[in-house]
Amino acid sequence: MIGTTIRNRELEINVFRGRALFAGFAILIAFSVVAARLVYLQVIKRDHYYTLAEANRISLLPVVPNRGLIWDRNNEVLAANYSAYTLEVTPSRVKNLDAVLEELNTIVEIQPRDKRRFKRLMEESKNFESLPIRNRLTEEEVARFAVNRYRFPGFDIRPRLFRNYPQGDVASHAIGYIGRINDADLKRIDDADLTSNYRGTDHIGKLGIEGGYENELHGSTGSEQVEIDAGGRAMRSLATTAPVAGNNLTLTLDIKLQKIAEQVFGEGRGSLVAIEPATGEILALVSKPGFDPNLFVDGIDPQNWDLLNTSVDKPLLNRALRGAYPPGSTIKPFLALGALESGKRTPQQTISDPGVFRLAGVAHYWNDDKAGGHGLVDMRKSIVVSCDTYYYQLASETDIDETSKFLRSLGFGTKTGIDIDGELEGTLPSRQWKSNRLAKGTPEARKWYVGDSISAGIGQGYNSFTPMQLAHATATIANDGVAMRPRLVRHITDVATGTIKSTADLDINKPTRLALKPENIAFIKAAMAAVPIEGTSARIFANSGYVSAGKTGTAQVYGVKRGEKYVAGRVAERLRDHAWYIAYAPADKPTIALAVMVENGGKGAVAAAPIARAVMDYYLLGKKPDIAKLKTPDNEPQSDD
Amino acid sequence: MNLRATTNRIFDILTRRLDGPLMVTIMVLAAISVTVVFSASGGDTFDRALGQIRNFCVALVVMWIVANMSPLLLMRLAIPIFLVGLALLIGVAVFGETRNNARRWLNVGFAIVQPSEIMKIAMPLLLAWYFHKREEDLRLADYAIAGLLLIVPSALVMRQPDLGTAILIFSAGFFVIFLAGLSWKLLLAAAVAAGAAIPFVWPFLHDYQKQRVYTLLDPTTDPLGAGYHIIQSTIAIGSGGLLGKGWLTGSQAQLDFIPERSTDFIFAVYGEEFGLVGGLLLLALYLVIIGRGLMIAMNASTTFSRLLAGAITLSFFTYAFVNMGMVTGILPVVGVPLPLMSYGGTAILSLFIGIGILMSVSTHKQLVAT
Repeated sequence: MIGTTIRNRELEINVFRGRALFAGFAILIAFSVVAARLVYLQVIKRDHYYTLAEANRISLLPVVPNRGLIWDRNNEVLAANYSAYTLEVTPSRVKNLDAVLEELNTIVEIQPRDKRRFKRLMEESKNFESLPIRNRLTEEEVARFAVNRYRFPGFDIRPRLFRNYPQGDVASHAIGYIGRINDADLKRIDDADLTSNYRGTDHIGKLGIEGGYENELHGSTGSEQVEIDAGGRAMRSLATTAPVAGNNLTLTLDIKLQKIAEQVFGEGRGSLVAIEPATGEILALVSKPGFDPNLFVDGIDPQNWDLLNTSVDKPLLNRALRGAYPPGSTIKPFLALGALESGKRTPQQTISDPGVFRLAGVAHYWNDDKAGGHGLVDMRKSIVVSCDTYYYQLASETDIDETSKFLRSLGFGTKTGIDIDGELEGTLPSRQWKSNRLAKGTPEARKWYVGDSISAGIGQGYNSFTPMQLAHATATIANDGVAMRPRLVRHITDVATGTIKSTADLDINKPTRLALKPENIAFIKAAMAAVPIEGTSARIFANSGYVSAGKTGTAQVYGVKRGEKYVAGRVAERLRDHAWYIAYAPADKPTIALAVMVENGGKGAVAAAPIARAVMDYYLLGKKPDIAKLKTPDNEPQSDD
Repeated sequence: MNLRATTNRIFDILTRRLDGPLMVTIMVLAAISVTVVFSASGGDTFDRALGQIRNFCVALVVMWIVANMSPLLLMRLAIPIFLVGLALLIGVAVFGETRNNARRWLNVGFAIVQPSEIMKIAMPLLLAWYFHKREEDLRLADYAIAGLLLIVPSALVMRQPDLGTAILIFSAGFFVIFLAGLSWKLLLAAAVAAGAAIPFVWPFLHDYQKQRVYTLLDPTTDPLGAGYHIIQSTIAIGSGGLLGKGWLTGSQAQLDFIPERSTDFIFAVYGEEFGLVGGLLLLALYLVIIGRGLMIAMNASTTFSRLLAGAITLSFFTYAFVNMGMVTGILPVVGVPLPLMSYGGTAILSLFIGIGILMSVSTHKQLVAT
């Protein structure tokens, strides 16, 4: 029975012995279980755990290659690397990040700007990634942190290579910038099967040369086998495969010329593309306003990003490649060439310009820019004085599809093939284009009318082209009808082998001779050469000291009602005309061809031509412009356009 | 001759209350412990190894003193020690200092003590005294009273919370009751009742305690959190293989993958560097202590000595089993050090006091013969 009184001493000792023996037996079983577990772990599964231990211990660390450098054609540095210490943190390893950052601030200064940028990085990245919280630590800060590191688990100091753009915002759209790899970049890297080569790389070229030539600039990632501790810190190196640095790029840009061009633009918005006609090498590629690419290297902070992104001036828009504008009268020499080629016009044929163009059976009429007209006008004069009526008439007699086809052969409405990404095709209207464009409209609305042709005939209406396309077409004419693919990279230097590869040798950059009659080209060139002497830009090019050829253009943004005179001062700044000038020089043996577009600049002769003159003065004569003098009163009608 | 006689006399005073087999075994364990602690502290600093040597030396002196106390004296001390321990535990619950979310320490003016450590010895001491006193007229009610004396301090420690120590205190007391002859039927009924109580007790467990159970069932559910300890310690032990990776060369140990590597998880370091052979040697040494302890208990002359020696021996086993079970991933993670191996003065001191008691029981039996 339970609770039976035990009085017998012998019995009590026996009970105790029984219990003790039972316990001893249980202990043997328990220890056998432990022993069996040890045998299981250390004998049966030994290899499995050994592998796991090795995997714990050995880590294959990527060794990021040096990114290739970028120079201009005269070996001026445009993008370089420098090494600096960054303080990085793995957010998932820190519990109360805000409090820890507060504490950290007593050792390494963390500004509100750094915090904002860090927040942004955190939103964009995975939690287990190591993210920079402070860049460019001073030696003193590095030392201070090293002493206090034990207080900040999850934080570490790493030496990193940073990109530096010593030219600041000069040529920012051409050079582009590098920024942290985002999800879209990751997907591209993955699609291109480059994931392993981008291990350890956290920046990638985003735009311009940095983006377009990413594959050349990046190099191949090396690796280092290291023994790491539980904190992931490398204890010793076991084996190394060296990285191969990215290739260096020498651009076609002349950064001095680029600087002059950007200076001449001043605060204005617009674009300039200057090309060496014989080679297609781009000497200057301006899009104003620009931005400082250095802002992006550390991860741009939200304030600056908003500033750039929401500005009405659109500083991030590369106007040279992605701004499409009606070409205005700059299209006239090309249309004239087309008329010669097709036989619609001969150079001698004249028309009479009464100041207005009427079409039989149409109530609508089209004004010439000059009240009262230009009188008798032949083809040369039509270009020199920029006679609208001549082109109204030509357009009314030419089928739009024919015009479209010819302009396309000069590169309008198609990509010029420049060697960086993002170029737009612009709009080259045709019957098919209008029908597609207005696909939802009535058949009547989708039809092409002769009135559409007439507007297009003076570079208005549906036309819109990029400054790049205008510069490219101008360069093709300057080069006597031999089209050269425009390009920004002159040669690529393989750092490892020292070999230099010229981009001119690439098949894609071989010259393309257009099917144009030399005498027709010669005629157009002569007419264009007369423009700066006796035509619309004569005042601007007076005493230039070289012979250039050019054409002004003024593209309407604001629809002027018939019978109303356009007065620049009365129109809001953003609705003012875009000013254009296309040119090349010297006229007999051109070394530079360019297109200038000043957004809402007003008259091409007044706002755009002086910029072209300043750039060519510098390029041909080495003459630096007097910036103050360029600020001419802009709405003084100097000539018809 | 006189000198020789004096030397012999001193040697006799020093050794007569010591037990040969126990002494040799704990000295071997101490040597292994210092060796492994040195490796577990990185192998380039003597701080911890020297600290551990100091811990052993201090504990050895205390053990000698305890071994020289007769069981009768120990029996007289049972109630005062228990009452002091209980008072301190209540003090902890009321005034205790909170560290790492646990209220375990009490500032008694000259020192900060952890009263639960005292209970590890005080509990079996008291219950052995109680059963000794009731020896002539043991009733079921006595078991109930003993159960109450057992549960109150255990519950206080569990509330701190300190599950590991609560388990050790409870089991030490339980072993006394078990060895005193609580009937198997009642034991079985208690076991069934305990099993049935699990669903009711479960909601009162702390989240981290529940997590430890989940982690035991599947360590991979939280590989960087609670499961990390178990995963890394099993990797360490498993990768050690038959003969181990060698002293100071275990990568898991030396590269900091094993948490608490010189204290609770020292067995992982030992297993990695000395392999299965080292592990079995350790089990064998523990078995020597346990076997010798049970032998001393069985040959003890009084109920008090018997029960106390038996309970201390079984407690020693519990320490070893709970720790090794935890480190090898067959028991949940509870903070119990590996006896005579883990770095730490308090644990070694209380273990040596226990061994001192065993020695006292073993060498005093002829004096208290009835």
